[in-house]
Amino acid sequence: MNWLVVALGAWAFGWWINTRLARSSLAKTRGGKLAVPVIFGLTVLLLWEGLVRGLNVSPVILPPPSDVVARLASSVPTLWEDFVQTAVKGALSGYFIGCAAAFATAILIDRSPFLQRGLLPVGNFVAALPIVGIAPIMVMWFGFDWQSKAAVVVVMVFFPMLVNTVAGLKASDHMQRDLMATWSASYWQSLFKLRLPAAMPFVFNGLKIASTLALIGAIVAEFFGSPTRGMGFRINASIGQLALDMIWAEIVVAAIAGSAFYGIVAMIEKRVTFWHPSQRT
Amino acid sequence: MSGGAMKHVLPVLTVVAAIIALWYAAAVGLNRAWVYDQAERAGVAPASGMALIAETWSQERPVLPAPHQVAVELVKTTFGMAPSSKRSLVYHGWVTLSATLLGFAIGTGLGILLAVGILHNRAMDMSVMPWAIASQTIPILAIAPMIIVVLNSVGLQGLVPKAIISAYLSFFPVVVGMVKGLRSPDQMQLDLLKTYNASNTEAFWKLRLPASMPYLFTSLKVGMAASLVGAIVGELPTGAVAGLGARLLSGSYYGQTVQIWAALFAAAIVAAGMVMLIGVMERRTLKRMGMAR
Repeated sequence: MNWLVVALGAWAFGWWINTRLARSSLAKTRGGKLAVPVIFGLTVLLLWEGLVRGLNVSPVILPPPSDVVARLASSVPTLWEDFVQTAVKGALSGYFIGCAAAFATAILIDRSPFLQRGLLPVGNFVAALPIVGIAPIMVMWFGFDWQSKAAVVVVMVFFPMLVNTVAGLKASDHMQRDLMATWSASYWQSLFKLRLPAAMPFVFNGLKIASTLALIGAIVAEFFGSPTRGMGFRINASIGQLALDMIWAEIVVAAIAGSAFYGIVAMIEKRVTFWHPSQRT
Repeated sequence: MSGGAMKHVLPVLTVVAAIIALWYAAAVGLNRAWVYDQAERAGVAPASGMALIAETWSQERPVLPAPHQVAVELVKTTFGMAPSSKRSLVYHGWVTLSATLLGFAIGTGLGILLAVGILHNRAMDMSVMPWAIASQTIPILAIAPMIIVVLNSVGLQGLVPKAIISAYLSFFPVVVGMVKGLRSPDQMQLDLLKTYNASNTEAFWKLRLPASMPYLFTSLKVGMAASLVGAIVGELPTGAVAGLGARLLSGSYYGQTVQIWAALFAAAIVAAGMVMLIGVMERRTLKRMGMAR
């Protein structure tokens, strides 16, 4: 019963303080903008904890956050091993290969408007398809280990990246290209000095989209077969044991890995495209 | 056909033809080993030339089925069987599609409601929006198997758990897109409504909501694709009972590569059809509203 009171109290207090904060002058400051979502998150966690404990929800349906944290702390080696297997070996290697291949393809077809007109609609079409479905095929071709996961990731990130890079290479405008021509710049000079830098906001947009897809691809591909480690494997295996705290711990790791991955790409973007209006503050 | 259309259709056809040609070539390369292996076991000289190619394109369990094998399987399991048969792709496709559509409707509805709430309540905006945006960078699809199993243990199975996953996946893109859309009218337009003495509600219905339509349709397309992936992944942990995801899984259990490719293409066709349907609705709506480009 006490836990229910805690839950309701946390909810009421969180609501009250966030409403106050949002209306106060603090809302405009950086600290205020950070504090409100953090308070909201903590309120949700407390509400979850209180409701699960207060209503005696079975841990095989929804474990309280404290259990998840305890599991997270007690199985760091396992989680780290899974992280290396899925995120580093599977997702990251596939991400690099796929994005590099797409980037190279975009440069290759840059000189042929015919190929661009052909590949862009196909690329846009494929980007909307449920590509994770190729996971069973890749597992058959490349075996259970991380190579098959990387292959799925390569295919998943290729087309969004290609479409964005090709769009980016068109981003410099006529005046700028004419200016390069008046300086008698060669194709490659104008590519490296003008068009590639101008394409960077689009390229990074593709890289950011691909960063989320990569982790999803690597995890889902493990549902179709994997060695006895990896985040997708652990989730699948823990379901059989009804070890839901382990699954939530893996999800926490996946969430941190996903946002960190995205954050790193966004940080590099800020460094590279500092000149773009969206990056100026 | 006009010259303008030809300019766009011809390159696409060329690329598609090139992909199919590459595919056939890859099928020869990947399936060759099996032909040699069979010939060695039978103690005869392996086929060569055209005979070898013909054999690599007509195996029952090839490493890579040739395009026509997939097409034949697709047509056979779509039109050649009663739609209620467990081997019919129409049956499995409908199982997946119904869960997708239900989830998509729920997710979109809730997403629009939350977006309206975020628009009118500053505290909600500041609390929820950062999380909604951050949630797009994390692989939420990973919790799909858990949702299925947990709901199964409380007695919910079949359509509803998959629909919940689909709803969950389509929810956040719609929230983010819709908030952006509802905020897209600029200060001038809002000021104009103020000079007309319009209330907040009137401003919402007559300016913000119509202005958000292009944004809504863009996120609907993203949400639909995500919903379908969610429904397919949601079919995996229950052990391949029904649906396109189940076809993928059972195909991979039994090495039925043709079946996997057929299911994959069926999923692609369903996804493309749904996205195109939203595209048609988008064009019609924007045209009637005079916003078509």
